[in-house]
Amino acid sequence: MAFTLTMPEVGETVTEGTIERWLKKPGERIEKYEPIVEINTDKVDVELPSPVSGTVTEILAAEGETVLVGAPLASIETAEGEVPADISAPAPSAEVTAAVSSPIAKPSAARRGGGEARATPRVRKLAEEMGVDLATITGTGPGGRIVEDDVRAATGGPKTAAAAQPVAARPASTLGADEESVPLTAIRRTIAQRMSAAAFSAPAAWLAMEADVTGLVALRKSVKDAFRKRHGVDLTYLPFAAHAVSRALVEHPYLNASWGDDHIVLRKRIGLGIAVAAERGLVVPVVHDADRLSIAELAMAMNDIGERARVNKLKLEDVQGGTFTLDNTGAFGSIISQPIINHGQAAILGFEAITKRAVVVAGDAIAVRSIVVIGISFDHRILDGHQAGAFLGDVKKRLEVFSAETGID
Amino acid sequence: MAVLKAALKAHGLGDKQLLEIYYKMLLARTLSVRQRLLQRMGKGAITYSGEGHEAAQVGTAYALRAGHDWVYTYYRDVGVALTIGLSPRDVLMGFFARAEDISSGGRNMPSHFSSAELRIVSQGAPVCTQAPQAAGTALASKLRGLDEVTAVYFGDGATSTGDCHEAMNFAGIHKLPVIFVCEFNGYAISVNWRKQAAVDNVAARAEGYGFPGVTIDGNDVLAVYGSMKEAVERARKGDGPTFIEAKTYRLVPHSSDDDDKRYRSRDEVDLWGKKDPMTRFETWLKENDIVNTARLDELQARAAQEVDEATDSAEAAAQPDPESALRHVFVEGSARDG
Amino acid sequence: MAEKTMIEAVREAMFEEMKRDDRVIVMGEDVGSGGVFRATEGFTQEFGEDRCMDTPLAEACIVGAAIGASLNGIVPIAEIQFADFSHPAFDQIVSEAARLHYRSNGTWSCPIVVRTPYGAGIHGGPYHSQSIEAFYAHVPGLKVVCVATPYDAKGLLKSAIRDPNPVIFLEHKRAYRLFREEVPDDDYTIPIGEAVVKREGTDMTLVTYGLMTHHSLKAAETVQADDGLSVEVIDLRTISPWDRECVLESVKKTGKALIVYEDNITGGFGAEIAATIAQDGFEYLDGPVTRVASPDVPLTPYSGILEEYILPNPEKIATAIRKLAAY
Repeated sequence: MAFTLTMPEVGETVTEGTIERWLKKPGERIEKYEPIVEINTDKVDVELPSPVSGTVTEILAAEGETVLVGAPLASIETAEGEVPADISAPAPSAEVTAAVSSPIAKPSAARRGGGEARATPRVRKLAEEMGVDLATITGTGPGGRIVEDDVRAATGGPKTAAAAQPVAARPASTLGADEESVPLTAIRRTIAQRMSAAAFSAPAAWLAMEADVTGLVALRKSVKDAFRKRHGVDLTYLPFAAHAVSRALVEHPYLNASWGDDHIVLRKRIGLGIAVAAERGLVVPVVHDADRLSIAELAMAMNDIGERARVNKLKLEDVQGGTFTLDNTGAFGSIISQPIINHGQAAILGFEAITKRAVVVAGDAIAVRSIVVIGISFDHRILDGHQAGAFLGDVKKRLEVFSAETGID
Repeated sequence: MAVLKAALKAHGLGDKQLLEIYYKMLLARTLSVRQRLLQRMGKGAITYSGEGHEAAQVGTAYALRAGHDWVYTYYRDVGVALTIGLSPRDVLMGFFARAEDISSGGRNMPSHFSSAELRIVSQGAPVCTQAPQAAGTALASKLRGLDEVTAVYFGDGATSTGDCHEAMNFAGIHKLPVIFVCEFNGYAISVNWRKQAAVDNVAARAEGYGFPGVTIDGNDVLAVYGSMKEAVERARKGDGPTFIEAKTYRLVPHSSDDDDKRYRSRDEVDLWGKKDPMTRFETWLKENDIVNTARLDELQARAAQEVDEATDSAEAAAQPDPESALRHVFVEGSARDG
Repeated sequence: MAEKTMIEAVREAMFEEMKRDDRVIVMGEDVGSGGVFRATEGFTQEFGEDRCMDTPLAEACIVGAAIGASLNGIVPIAEIQFADFSHPAFDQIVSEAARLHYRSNGTWSCPIVVRTPYGAGIHGGPYHSQSIEAFYAHVPGLKVVCVATPYDAKGLLKSAIRDPNPVIFLEHKRAYRLFREEVPDDDYTIPIGEAVVKREGTDMTLVTYGLMTHHSLKAAETVQADDGLSVEVIDLRTISPWDRECVLESVKKTGKALIVYEDNITGGFGAEIAATIAQDGFEYLDGPVTRVASPDVPLTPYSGILEEYILPNPEKIATAIRKLAAY
């Protein structure tokens, strides 16, 4: 039977050895325990005894060669049944008994104080800061525990990004005499985290187009009073923008997608997030299935979530399921801007202020038209410029179609 | 010749006993060599050989009442362990760290011998912690009015420890039935005796603690036996401790991790090789017609076979159950959980 | 039943055990003439020099010999005169006594008690004031007990003497004669490993041991009277193994945990309690797990002014209680 002599671990911490001198040649007889080779290690010089009796058939490591523990050194032909017992390491146990102790009992849902909902100290602190009553929240954490996201959802704030890092406030001692330190609110912290996550993970490109919305302006002017009377809410330009964007998304599915590291996730339903500037900070409630809603329905939905966002009454479902975001930057007078993609989505569209401009129209004449810049920031991992451009062009066309004649139904 | 044999017999050493002594030395030598080779084959992490110490170990241990007297050994004492009654298989079970290893179930390093039945007390590695303990065990024998003696073994390096001095002091004060056996080989790993102490013979210290110390040729197994027998009789009578300094030599490095070429010459090792206690005793046995060459060969073959069988048996024995690592922190049934 | 001081209780425990069991002996420096704290007063007259044995000034040997004797039919109580002087015996305690049973796979066991006065507050200076429980609580194979009341001292010392494992028995020297309480005249034991709720409460759990139990009880009274705070005070009594269940059940009830110990704060045993509560009691917590302990300064300087500044006392504990309660 062929036996392979391997380099043993000859001393504590020894990992390799250098072959100094072979004491046997191929063809020579060797007895069990007889020295077969001299090896140098950095700790000790050793003579290796042979574990078997037999005839050396082949030298596998030459004099002068350095070998690792376990490396083959020589082949020995033994008589049948002379292979030594296999001293393998003990089979690893299925489970190493951990020294970590487990909690002695899972606490029941009821806490001290009777009726107070279960939440960790951190979460309770957050709830306190955000003015959320824990008793009104159903926890989605283990065992019904209220987790951070539950509290945020109750405020309409964006969901936490993975592993929120606490942002250390600048220590007061390093402030200058003319500086003031403002501690972060939870919502500010969250916005910072999510914006950073988006900005630093998605390579964002941006392109913008101008749309001639003279017709849209006229349309709105003609219907807004009746709309107000009929629906009880104001008709702004935003529902029209939402309408155009949501329909265009149906035709351009890659704009309604998400980056999945090694694949792209196309979403079948459209959740149009509408950026709302609440006093506490930016929130983005979602109009679900916006592509199925009419202008009026969009207007009412957007009014509803906008209002509730402002008074901190959004529900969890209002902030979940967003697939694309519409940012009404024009509301505060911006004519061109570069919004940051909502983390987890493919793109965000900024709808700027509508301004009257002198433009060149057909036949090289100058006319006064209502122009809006629409810009799209998009995740270049998912989309290329021409896709974004095609989508934006689609939105532009739809916006340009509105007129007093088309109506809003 | 007759006079010699009569004298030996008076000491309890007939031919049978002399051959027993020789065979124990032979087993000790064979086991030391075998463990050295097994270690180089990668079958054990470490080994401590007793090669060269056989006379000092077997000669002293043979004068004790095995299983009645108490023995505290150190890691080189394979000869003591075998003489008191551990088998080659027992020793190798410790080498291979098997579950049924009598000394420690594979928990202690090899050559840290232990047996409750044989009264070989389990040892740790810190040097000479066994000396105060041995004094305590001897104290207990005395308090209880028993005729047990305690032997505690150590090397020359150990005599520098505080524990050694404290133990000798305590033993001297209370005239305890304890024998301090120093297997003096002149090296504490690489540190020569010249750097270990300012005196030539460590036995001189015993006088400072109020009891006799003797320096003997530790490679003359009969002289060793004679000195130990005397010390044992003293202790059993209630005359107190003795310090026996058995001058010997370690023919091999301190352990499998030691390279003795760093600190001593081959000439020195060869010189002491010529004074090998094995060959010396073999020569004596032959010269005194107790054995002939054929008988010696037969005994050597028997020892080799015994060690071969023990090796195979121990190597094939079961490994410890990994979860057993958690047991025996406390005497079971007496500790609260948590 | 009579009222006794703690030193009387310690003496009684040993005396009764030595009468009950011939194998028990006590050995140490000066024990023959009664001991520097009078713990063995009258023992030589009763039991003789062999069972109340004066040893040489050699702590390693005191413990080493105790170990050796305990293997051969003796149950030794090794007295170390002051905990501060136990360090030469550290090797015998940690390398030998703690490991003997484990390294011999259960073959040998070492039923010794190493008892020693420990703790500060008597102007003892840096070498008559140390706390040593943290060193030994860390070592598997040892049991560590800290007593500061007469009733606990007698019952626990009896248990320690009867325990087949090595027990480090720490007696707070300031508590030796601090007060008297009812201690049964006859035989009783307290199980090693069992804490005791010395005062029930609902607002906060205060875990402590040793002399700090007394200070903590005083502080608890003060904050009840002045601030209406209800503090539950748990005296661990045994440091290793310590009564996790008792502490966690209490924290579950109160939601806040304050740990008070005399030893230096860093690496002191209270840190282990804090870590356990933080991990296994996390769900119950309504505030940070807080410790009150001595700062990291060698314990303790001789000057009374310096010593008082360093050591925890009822006022410092009360302040910490109020602060945690307000969280």
